[in-house]
Order: sequence, then C-alpha cells, then structure tokens
Amino acid sequence: MATKLVVDCSTGAVEEIELTAEEIAEMELAAQQAEEQKAREEEEKAAKEAARAEILAKLGLTAEEAAVLLG
Amino acid sequence: MATTYEAIATVTVGAGGASSIDFTSIPATYTDLNVLLCTRSTDTGLRTDIKMTFNGSSSSYSGREVRGADGTVSSTTSNTTYVDMWRINGTSTTASTFTNHSLYIPNYASSNNKSFSIDDVLENNSTSSFYLGFAAGLWSNSSAINQITFTCGTGNFVQHSTATLYGIKNS
Repeated sequence: MATKLVVDCSTGAVEEIELTAEEIAEMELAAQQAEEQKAREEEEKAAKEAARAEILAKLGLTAEEAAVLLG
Repeated sequence: MATTYEAIATVTVGAGGASSIDFTSIPATYTDLNVLLCTRSTDTGLRTDIKMTFNGSSSSYSGREVRGADGTVSSTTSNTTYVDMWRINGTSTTASTFTNHSLYIPNYASSNNKSFSIDDVLENNSTSSFYLGFAAGLWSNSSAINQITFTCGTGNFVQHSTATLYGIKNS
C-alpha cells in the first residue's frame, strides 16, 4: 500500500499515512506526466543534435573542429 | 553564543517506501529555512524529479534551473503548479547511490514573495551518466511558509531516504 510521511514540526511526530484513492490517482497522473515530459526532453535533445550535425555537415566540419572554432 | 542553526525535524523513509515527505506546522520563529535531503526513487530510469509545494499551494511558482546531465549542459524553467527543479536517482543508477539536495529559503515567514535556491547532485558510479543542478525560484505568495511537501515524481522514495528541516536564526 502506498503511503506518505507526515512530519508535525510542532511535536516532531512522524506519521505514516496510507494514500487515499484520490491521492493514488493524482500520483499516477503525475507519473504519466513525468513520463511524457521525459519523452519530450529526449525528443528535443535528439532534434538539437540532429540540427547540429546537419549544420556541421554543411560546413564540412567535425564536432571537434567546431568546438575549437567556438572555444 | 546563541544557537542559530537548529534541526527542527528529521525523517527517514522506512522499508515500505513513501510517495511523499510532508513537513507540517513549521514554526515561524526562525529567519531562514534549510532542508537537506538524501533520496533515491523506485523509478525504473536513471532519474526522476521531485515535486515540491509550499503550504499545499498549486500555483504561483516560477524558477530557472541550470543543469548538467550526461555531459550536456542546459537550462529549464519550473512548472508553475509545483517546483520540479530537482532530480533523484532511479533504479538504473548504481545500487544504493542517492542524490544529495539542499533547499534554502530566506525570510520564509515574511509577507514578501518567497525566493529560494536548490542545489542537487545525483551520485552514480558511471563515467557518463551524471546529473547536477542549481536552481533559483520564487513562490509569489505573501503567506508565511508553514508546510513543505516533497513528492516523488515517479514511484516512491526508497528506504533510507532522509530529509531534515533546519531553522536558521540571524542571532
């Protein structure tokens, strides 16, 4: 059973509470959104790398040569 | 000499894991707050994020994070409904390695908007898969911060993850 830890700073008491159905649904939605975000970031990274490779190819430079040029 | 740095509360995740860690009833008697976390998740990838909120609020967050991940440096903005400028180990990283995080919130009890900073480093025994991040953020709200909630983005915080809330006084 999924739980959450709640710390009452006025007493120092720590309580382990089972998640409600609503909280579990929220958690699952958040996990889905996180997966989608990860996928978007991977796509953006791949697109940037592809664009970079295309520019280098047009210029006839290797990545190392471009790094020296921009260094 | 006055004690200016006090541990208000600390929590260690038990064997069953936990989806979130919630510090409630934070006293307004300090000048600043500092939270140190050491966390790992059950996410099956290299890393997932932490979602943080203040006082249970789901609005008015903003921020910018500079990150170094797997040899690439980039920056990103925070989600506006929670602060997600954190990453923590998933199960694809080296076993028993954890991420260290530090959250600093100056003047958390004032009536001004609340600025904060985050730094975190994800430990991993790898020559290529690393992560570190530095972030600056703002919660545009005049309420004193009396609750800080950390929710694991995907999966749960694993056993032995810890979080300690410190209060800092200026005298």
